[in-house]
Amino acid sequence: MKNINNTNNNKNLSDNPFYDPSLTQRHKSARRFKIFTITCIAFALSFLVFFLGDMITKGLPAFQQSYMQIDVTYNDQTIASTRKAIDKKYRRIVSRAWLRNIPKMVQESPELMATTQSTWVLVNHQVDQYMKDHYYKIKNKELKIIEDMKAQGKIQLQFNSIFFTQGDSKIPENSGLKSSIIGSILTLLVTMVVAFPMGVMTAVYLEEFADDNRWTQFIEVNINNLAAIPSILFGLLGLAVFINLFGMPRSSPLVGGLTLALMTLPIIIVSSRAALRSVPDSIRQAGYGLGLTKVQVVQDHVIPLAFPGIMTGSIIGLAQAMGETAPLIIIGMIAFIPDSPGSIFEAATVMPAQIFTWAGMPERAYVERTAAGIMVLLSILISLNALAIILRKKFEVKW
Amino acid sequence: MIFKKSALSLIATSAIVVSSINMAQAREQIRIVGSSTVYPFSSSVAEEFGATSKNPTPVVESTGSGGGMKLFCKGNDLNTPDITNASRRMKSKEFKLCEKNGVTDITEAVIGFDGIAIAQNKNNKALELSKKHLLLAVAEEVPSKDGKSLVKNPYKKWNEIDSSLPDREIIIYGPPTSSGTRDAFEDMIMKGQTKKMDVYTSLYKKDKVKNKGYKKYHKVRQDGVYVPSGENDNLIVQKLSKNPAAIGIFGYSFLIQNDDKVAAAKINGVLPTPKSISSGEYPISRSLFFYTKNSHRKDVPAMDKYVELFMKEDMIGPEGILSEIGLIALPDERRTAIRASVAKYTKLTLEDLSKK
Repeated sequence: MKNINNTNNNKNLSDNPFYDPSLTQRHKSARRFKIFTITCIAFALSFLVFFLGDMITKGLPAFQQSYMQIDVTYNDQTIASTRKAIDKKYRRIVSRAWLRNIPKMVQESPELMATTQSTWVLVNHQVDQYMKDHYYKIKNKELKIIEDMKAQGKIQLQFNSIFFTQGDSKIPENSGLKSSIIGSILTLLVTMVVAFPMGVMTAVYLEEFADDNRWTQFIEVNINNLAAIPSILFGLLGLAVFINLFGMPRSSPLVGGLTLALMTLPIIIVSSRAALRSVPDSIRQAGYGLGLTKVQVVQDHVIPLAFPGIMTGSIIGLAQAMGETAPLIIIGMIAFIPDSPGSIFEAATVMPAQIFTWAGMPERAYVERTAAGIMVLLSILISLNALAIILRKKFEVKW
Repeated sequence: MIFKKSALSLIATSAIVVSSINMAQAREQIRIVGSSTVYPFSSSVAEEFGATSKNPTPVVESTGSGGGMKLFCKGNDLNTPDITNASRRMKSKEFKLCEKNGVTDITEAVIGFDGIAIAQNKNNKALELSKKHLLLAVAEEVPSKDGKSLVKNPYKKWNEIDSSLPDREIIIYGPPTSSGTRDAFEDMIMKGQTKKMDVYTSLYKKDKVKNKGYKKYHKVRQDGVYVPSGENDNLIVQKLSKNPAAIGIFGYSFLIQNDDKVAAAKINGVLPTPKSISSGEYPISRSLFFYTKNSHRKDVPAMDKYVELFMKEDMIGPEGILSEIGLIALPDERRTAIRASVAKYTKLTLEDLSKK
């Protein structure tokens, strides 16, 4: 019966007034389109996975560092010439950065004086690369010593705290992100202090107070334009205005922060205006109906309601400023600055600048540090963006 | 209320701005700018200086030799750098600029040599090139077969230049025009030869204004055979390890760190080694310099100690710390002479610069 029905159906299809002969074609085309879109996503995702995978496999080893347990002698002679503090045969194995710190260590803990201690000391980057199975250059004599020590468990990979407690260094095993993290924080503080109030105020004026005339339209067009300007131009502006005209100190977080603030301003203004616009007019009308002044309506009702949106935009703007390097090249923040800045007037570098510097170094040990730096920067950016989403989800008011 | 708040924040911002304008008169931290080639050496010394003394670590900025000179010669004001590094000698034009802005008391220090390596993938058969081969491979215009006129560079394979060279495509990854390495390469490989070759110079003699470029011809071909690869030498090394046909031009320090991936070519029969570069036997090397602004010595007291540390045998000597990261020491005699001259802060004059 069924079969007969089917053949009947087929036969009658052309008689069906609703039958569209191009239907199968159209369905096919829709499916094709869907497959295209999915391929695009898959393509983009595979790039992302490849990039992240590459970063993580390259960068993970940097979170560990090799240390070696040997006898270290502390006395007047070894403080004068720190190379003598260790057995001669280890001199090409131990890190120079560790040795030159001996006088400071003794100063901090005087009880070390005139003793010989068995200590875990930092080894140099070639030995560290050997421990991590990377390419290394070690002379045979030293290699034998290292292999013996490794067999006895006297050379070990330990957590690399140096990476977070030291600034930049030309000695790879002694280099870390600390000064650039502090530099980034100070720079962003300046950016936020300047860009946030200015951006929000501008948005409030344009959205709540200004009339719609030629003048405000001109400002609006310029703000939108500003958001699209290549960031390096802001660097040139920063150099001309803040450094040359105002005489602010070069390479300082102050100049960097102000420059980045200029860059972030349009983003904050545009997103704040969108947030203000999404507050329904009925709120304002109700306020006026109760006899509030314009300022009271804006300050007590419109801004608090728009605040989650304003915050989201500002955080995204800040995250963008945090990853910016181009304008900072011009104002001198991409430099060798190992000391952490103590104030916004001192020379500082920022995290993306640090990564950029490491990427250009000849020593192999910097490859993993570059990747690890990227991992740290990315995780900070991801958490900033996540914070923006959480804030929005938590405080957003749906109308 | 809201106006009060905004006025407050405005005052706070302007207070920050104003307070920063009048910076202190004396400075503890040394400021160094200049060449990206000298940058690793200079910052190594800076780090050592910061770690072993009570002074803050000097700030070392890599601006390129030319950019460094510009900042350095801007004036005597304490906002200008104290020292500039250079991968070439100061030009007389730059000296005059300095003079014009009142920077007259300058001392020149030579710290050593930097070799420029011509390298290829390590798995290739050893390559031996002459300076002439390199010129013919990279120049935009080369002498024709009969040697009488200039033609657009026709060479696509090495064995077309010289039958003794391998049957391999010519592809060269090298520094872009903005780089000091490129300047040095053009000086030593191109200008050095073309200024002595009649094919080029006769054109210049014919019309000195129009054919000015032929006096010391140094135009690099633009047909994709020479690929400018950015300031980052690591990138060139990566390209060589992926493309066995290519050869690359980069600093010696990148060669010694990557000798598992790339191998140097012999130039005029000489491999780049510290010894051959120091003796001048290896033909493509250049001197590295730094210049001190002596008017700052009083206000930046750390400067003297930094310069002294830099010139020490532990740093620029053949066994020094800088030799580990690729600096080639000067010959002993010259090193001693320069150390003495720097210790006295000998004033640099225009005549010194015009001397070769």
